[in-house]
Amino acid sequence: MKLTPIKLNPSQMAWRAAQDIADGAYVNLGIGFPEMVAKFQPPGREAIFHTENGILGFGAAPAPGEEDWDLINAGKKAVTLKPGTAFFHHADSFAMVRGGHLDVAILGAYEVAETGDLANWSTGPKGVPAVGGAMDLVHGAKQVAVLTDHVTKDGKPKLVQRCTLPLTGVACVTRIYSSLAVIDVSGGRFVLREKLAGLSLDDLQALTGATLHLDGPVADLIVPEL
Amino acid sequence: MDKALPDLATAVAGIDDGMTVMIGGFGGSGAPIELIHALIDRFLATGHPKDLTVVNNNAGNGHVGLAALIEAGMVRKLICSFPRSADPVVFTEAYRAGAIELELVPQGTLAERIRAGGAGIPAFYTPTSFGTDLAQGKPVAEFEGRPYVQERWLKADVALVKAHLGDRLGNLSYRMAGRNFNPLMCMAAARTIVQVSQIVEPGGIDPEAVVTPGIFVQGVVEVPNPAQEEDLNLAGAVYPEAAA
Repeated sequence: MKLTPIKLNPSQMAWRAAQDIADGAYVNLGIGFPEMVAKFQPPGREAIFHTENGILGFGAAPAPGEEDWDLINAGKKAVTLKPGTAFFHHADSFAMVRGGHLDVAILGAYEVAETGDLANWSTGPKGVPAVGGAMDLVHGAKQVAVLTDHVTKDGKPKLVQRCTLPLTGVACVTRIYSSLAVIDVSGGRFVLREKLAGLSLDDLQALTGATLHLDGPVADLIVPEL
Repeated sequence: MDKALPDLATAVAGIDDGMTVMIGGFGGSGAPIELIHALIDRFLATGHPKDLTVVNNNAGNGHVGLAALIEAGMVRKLICSFPRSADPVVFTEAYRAGAIELELVPQGTLAERIRAGGAGIPAFYTPTSFGTDLAQGKPVAEFEGRPYVQERWLKADVALVKAHLGDRLGNLSYRMAGRNFNPLMCMAAARTIVQVSQIVEPGGIDPEAVVTPGIFVQGVVEVPNPAQEEDLNLAGAVYPEAAA
């Protein structure tokens, strides 16, 4: 007998997000969990990955000891070359971002609002503020998706009516891959597309800070063991 | 015409107190570590330059390169997008102590402000940061139904840049993702000083492969086998060594 998972782990969230990336798509993956999406490209599909510091079409991490520190991603981790890799400077890199040339950007989140507002760069006035490319990435990609736990570590909803933390962008998120569900952000509403089979709609709603709307059938969120 | 400089000390000689200095690199890749260390050497010997405004994507890592420049007390203000790193202790302590001012700029806006500075464009509009704290006080205008934030150009007195090959005319090529902000900073500074792994004869860089044309470069100094910040940090390096 197979146990129904209580929630998806980060690999499973990344796997689910990867299933929606079309062959030939140009994709930017945010630092952290979203980076894992690259590992789960379905067979037969080839996405081209973009990193802000000026590489298109890079490969996986090198073996330990094989790093070339001129060949890193935006997270400052070493990557590798692939046939077809291209280098470019930072202004061209963000022209790709802002100019609408990326198909998908997948980012992490502290909070996402039903309006599509995203907060993912600052947890408030304490600490050293750092924004990097997040505010640029939320504008320009045809799809801005978020990969996130459904709730915070202390159980509070991350999907909310209005963000309370400093915003990264206004009305920019189009889809959420959470640890419990797949949700579209459309017309100022959360529209539920998939949820874990073992979770009732009421239970999911209780863990969500804004109303989940239904627009057609809700599929079971099914992922492999990872 | 010969833009080749004899040594690092000559390369950093004209940098004065209070100047705005763009420093190339993204993290350690493309960071002109040897030029930065030469500037620190000059400060330790003469007390100058100080009160610098530095433009870089980051705020240093460990105790070498930009972090060492901050640790030496030479930087009054930093303009950057991401002042965090694996070991950001130097900047973080200076910031918390109120010893350094921070202007935080989204990364793409930082790149475009530098490009605009080099291209003679005083301001431009971007969707980036609209509706966020980083747009406060900036003019907003609507184009084709969408709101955009006005950003100003960014220029510098000096740029310290790292490239791979350079010739005596100042033509440059870069190495992999070490390119990053470097070509933009070459354009945006009144005086651009470049460290290259090798100085070649004119024609030694295929004209099709020149990334920065020599018009944007004022000085080139050869630093064979340049240090990588990541390697220095893995080895626990501190600059200058006596400060350890």
